[in-house]
Amino acid sequence: MNRRNEQKHSSAPETPLSWEWNHQELRFRGDLTLPWVDDAVEPLFRELKHFSPSQLVIVLDEVKRLDSAGVALLQRIATVLEEKGKTVLFASVPRTIAPTLKMFTLERSRERTPPARLFWIERLGEAVDRFFRIDLIRFVYLMADIFYWSFADLFTHRQRRKGEFVNQVVLMGANAVPIVSTIALLIGLVVALQSAAQLRQFGANVYVADLIAISMVQEMGPLLTAIVVAGRSGSAIASEIGTMVITEEVDALKTMAISPVRYLIIPKVHALVLSLPLLAMLANFLGILGGTIVGYFYLNISPYVFYNRMVQVLEFRDLMTGFVKSLVFAGLIVITGSFYGFRVQGGPEGVGRVTTASVVTAIFLVILADSFLGLLFY
Amino acid sequence: MQANPSKKEPIILVRNLSARFGRRVVLKEVNFQIYPNEIAVILGTSGCGKTTVLKHLFGLYPIQKGEVFLMGERLNEITEDDYQRLVRKVGVLFQNGALLNSLTVAENVAIPLEQHTRLPEDLIEYLVRVKLKLVELSQAFYLYPSQLSGGMRKRAALARALALDPPLLFCDEPSAGLDPLTLQALDELFLKLKNQLGITIVMVTHEIPSIFRLADRVIFLHRGEVIFNGSLPDAVARSPEPVREFFRVGMADTRHGAHPPVEP
Repeated sequence: MNRRNEQKHSSAPETPLSWEWNHQELRFRGDLTLPWVDDAVEPLFRELKHFSPSQLVIVLDEVKRLDSAGVALLQRIATVLEEKGKTVLFASVPRTIAPTLKMFTLERSRERTPPARLFWIERLGEAVDRFFRIDLIRFVYLMADIFYWSFADLFTHRQRRKGEFVNQVVLMGANAVPIVSTIALLIGLVVALQSAAQLRQFGANVYVADLIAISMVQEMGPLLTAIVVAGRSGSAIASEIGTMVITEEVDALKTMAISPVRYLIIPKVHALVLSLPLLAMLANFLGILGGTIVGYFYLNISPYVFYNRMVQVLEFRDLMTGFVKSLVFAGLIVITGSFYGFRVQGGPEGVGRVTTASVVTAIFLVILADSFLGLLFY
Repeated sequence: MQANPSKKEPIILVRNLSARFGRRVVLKEVNFQIYPNEIAVILGTSGCGKTTVLKHLFGLYPIQKGEVFLMGERLNEITEDDYQRLVRKVGVLFQNGALLNSLTVAENVAIPLEQHTRLPEDLIEYLVRVKLKLVELSQAFYLYPSQLSGGMRKRAALARALALDPPLLFCDEPSAGLDPLTLQALDELFLKLKNQLGITIVMVTHEIPSIFRLADRVIFLHRGEVIFNGSLPDAVARSPEPVREFFRVGMADTRHGAHPPVEP
């Protein structure tokens, strides 16, 4: 009963819907409006299945009110019967509801069919085609643009956004310090702990220092920093640029004769190229600290011995490897983020899509580049 | 305030409504009422609190001071259940349409029907087609909101607001961004809804032609206060200066198709 009261129109009092079958006549009484129709649909269509005469006359003279749901119900009855080759007539439609009946009646002729979905192989073909014809080229162009401007911008002060570089260093570098340090310390602890178990079997405890130092500086430090930053800043870049594209801000910049790449991306490139190596160095330090802690408490290696051992095995080359990797990763993260940002399609939901895609791609590219560089510097 | 011509209960009653955001006072002691089966137009210069008033009327903003009655129910301390029940009888067209971008236009219109009724799918589809035909968007059935123009999006949103045949419809600038022909068709639809279905419509709009075609009641907001509430002829002829100026400039605008020359 509650359900009925709730939909009450504020004006006239409402009357419950009822209907009556009379051989080939169906007479409705009361309100043919949504709450009543909602309750009536099921029993009515059940009764309709047993309807046998070749003609149905729907009598509406006692219908008090009608709305779109009511019309939908009437039209549906008509369609169902006409599909079975029967005729349906509306009789004595009161003048009060006739316009409403007309207003909500659809001509049944032309139903649009949904757009055909492509066969999977067609979709695959389209994706591959799009990748090689559009995406790859755009990616290369964007890379070239970024590469050119990141050097050109250093030598000219005109058109540079004041304060943006510092702002970005804070956002992408300084603000990432807590999370990067925590993760690096934990990774250092865990790697040392896992390898200690193996090394102890050979009494090669002290080599844990070699292992931690080299793996952190060459590999883990830059890599894990890049992954964290790709998640933090890569996604931020993609969503920022993406939002600017769909709100036409990027177009506005273009019409003001300002290169969006230079204005929006270059400060980020510079900021990340500076801060990613620094963050990686911080990660190296904390990772090794983690190793030292495990060494001291678990393997009885004094920090002094650990330090000496580390200095012996680490070469300048190892540091440079890590540094170069960081630079490459920084470039990849910014390029991927901005590539997806500029590629956004559709409305705000498109921004969410490109953001996700940019993080996944950035992490993939970082790891791919890491393997190549690892082989190169091995 | 006007005498109540229809001797009906007001469908919306606002008493001493005040609102502030931070330290900025947006509404000061606003009073008005709107009666069933009329089209009320809320007017005012930009930033005078029109949208704020509108959002108070259907309970989107908590009431800070004063009272709002919607269909006889006091919104101040309404329970969640009562509110849910109440807003089902209200259709709202937001300024930017507020369509769900991940769904097609048809799916958007079907949301309230799927959530609040047990109607079978074919009936829902029929209703969606009817509502889209009403707003002349039949061709957009399978399209996504991002594939529509601004005006089309707004009309699709109107179709969604009308999905459950609400007796009360709120529109925030339904006409912005529409060409004159589409605008006229939309106004005719509003009149049909009012005359044939007895719907009450509360809208914020600036389109002078629309106001003249539709308004039964004009509520004029100025710096957070209602300075006029009455019929359209009264608003044009006998009203405080800001209201008359609004119509004077606005009507000159429509007559010449451009802004009138500024007099020294």
